[in-house]
Amino acid sequence: MSNYIKLIALGLITFFAMVGINFARDLAYQVHAVIIMLVAGGMFLYTLRQTDEPRAPEPSHEYLDGVVRAGVIATAFWGVVGFLVGTFIAFQLAFPVLNFNWAEGYANFGRLRPLHTSAVIFAFGGNALIASSFFIVQRTSAARLWGGNLAWFVFWGYQLFIVLAATGYLLGGTQSKEYAEPEWYVDIWLTVVWVSYLAVYLGTIIKRREPHIYVANWFFLAFIVTVAMLHVVNNLTIPVSIWGSKSVIIWPGVQDAMVQWWYGHNAVGFFLTAGFLGMMYYFIPKQADRPVFSYKLSIIHFWALIFIYIWAGPHHLHYTALPDWASTLGMVFSIVLWMPSWGGMINGLMTLSGAWDKLRTDPVLRMLVISVAFYGMSTFEGPMMSIRAVNSLSHYTDWTIGHVHSGALGWNGMITFGALYYLTPVLWKRDRLYSLSLVSWHFWLATIGIVLYAASMWVTGIMEGLMWREVDANGFLVNSFADTVAAKFPMYVVRGLGGVMYLTGALIMCYNLVMTVRKAPAKEASLSVAVPAE
Amino acid sequence: MESYTLLRQFADSWMLLLLFTFFVGVVVWAFRPGSSTVYADTADIPFRHADKPAEPEETRT
Repeated sequence: MSNYIKLIALGLITFFAMVGINFARDLAYQVHAVIIMLVAGGMFLYTLRQTDEPRAPEPSHEYLDGVVRAGVIATAFWGVVGFLVGTFIAFQLAFPVLNFNWAEGYANFGRLRPLHTSAVIFAFGGNALIASSFFIVQRTSAARLWGGNLAWFVFWGYQLFIVLAATGYLLGGTQSKEYAEPEWYVDIWLTVVWVSYLAVYLGTIIKRREPHIYVANWFFLAFIVTVAMLHVVNNLTIPVSIWGSKSVIIWPGVQDAMVQWWYGHNAVGFFLTAGFLGMMYYFIPKQADRPVFSYKLSIIHFWALIFIYIWAGPHHLHYTALPDWASTLGMVFSIVLWMPSWGGMINGLMTLSGAWDKLRTDPVLRMLVISVAFYGMSTFEGPMMSIRAVNSLSHYTDWTIGHVHSGALGWNGMITFGALYYLTPVLWKRDRLYSLSLVSWHFWLATIGIVLYAASMWVTGIMEGLMWREVDANGFLVNSFADTVAAKFPMYVVRGLGGVMYLTGALIMCYNLVMTVRKAPAKEASLSVAVPAE
Repeated sequence: MESYTLLRQFADSWMLLLLFTFFVGVVVWAFRPGSSTVYADTADIPFRHADKPAEPEETRT
């Protein structure tokens, strides 16, 4: 029966998309209508072939791991795409000739930059979060994912969102809100996918067989709920036409700026921090083979983090039309954030107490630990930069970009790599990874790449901040903007090289993971040894 | 009274008190007597059921 409803819905969507292709007012909308028509039409044919066919009953006594495997592949794929685009635009800044004339308007820096940020945050990070949260919630609830194939809908729906967002940026379909660039219909689609994600997640927790909800699930749940709230409020737009991608936001002026950075900073706080902390609270104990250092601390960490992060957004708007009290509030809460951030870092690191020797032999654990170390570094740097006096030097300079990347490459990237190295042998039932020395290569390439990146951005950021404010004895500015651009060239090249190293490490990881699936010995062989009874 | 002033006064007084009390309550609750044994069991969750969901007849306390 449900297949008939699906067929009607898919048929209507396909038809609507066909009309959209015809009436489209701009290129981005037209291309998206083609994509939606092809996807909905293909789904229509697929559903038609499944209708009234006998279906195998869902195996209730094993975990739903297919969607996690797909998520691991998608994470690795989008990671490489995102790093590649990032490295390319880094060299575009150093060598402007790479903004090719023939690709002007499609592949210049302004169009590729949101593609890079969304690819690494939402495609790489988002897929890592969805895959690992599906993996973790099943293991810590001792229950199969709720909702049957709804988890697959979440996975493929999210990939469609990524494709629509990425093609939209290149073709100019953007509402120009940082980290929230996709236009109204893509936002609506993401809302549908995200609510389904919440349903799968909550459904699994509700039918859990453990009396307590493990702390990782608290963080994932905070991430899912808060991102839904942020996404909806920041994207309250009215489309100009149902046949065009352009829309107008309902918030006026400075309120819009405040809503945008309330969204933007909490995207960092709940997408890139809370969600990834959920990964930390599962993968570090598993890889170190010992429970988390202090469960009490993890509870306080959770509540302190979500109570404080939500207020920190206004520090993005120092010296603007935003009232002083609001930016002071944001600054104070950013500084208070030191406490929960470092509490969480200590909890992650001290989980290794008594097992520090494992760092010498286990490069995967080393990766997880350095990610927590980078988390500590960037959550020290961030509050410092939110102080108004520091911000007057750092704002609009490359220091900000360096700060973001020490967090993103160091914390989010490294913990995701560690999670992928943990998940691949488990999900494909391999005894071990194909090569640990390749993991070491990845570890050092990525670490040195981050160091090159962050150090060059500190130098160039502080340099240009000082050059901008330098005045002579008569009070005239000493440097023109072009002077700072010229002075930054060597650091830009170093930054690009850091990106190349990071990208190379990720490619090595992909090779290692593929070879793990294809060549590493299967797990079954070692299972003949006694399995402890539950 | 205009809505901004009203909401602002509420946020600065009762809401602030409510959030702060809740937070302090969480901290106190985490350190309640007997919590250590409960949390030792909870912290151990990742090391159970790594390969399969819980058996239907299996009950945990």
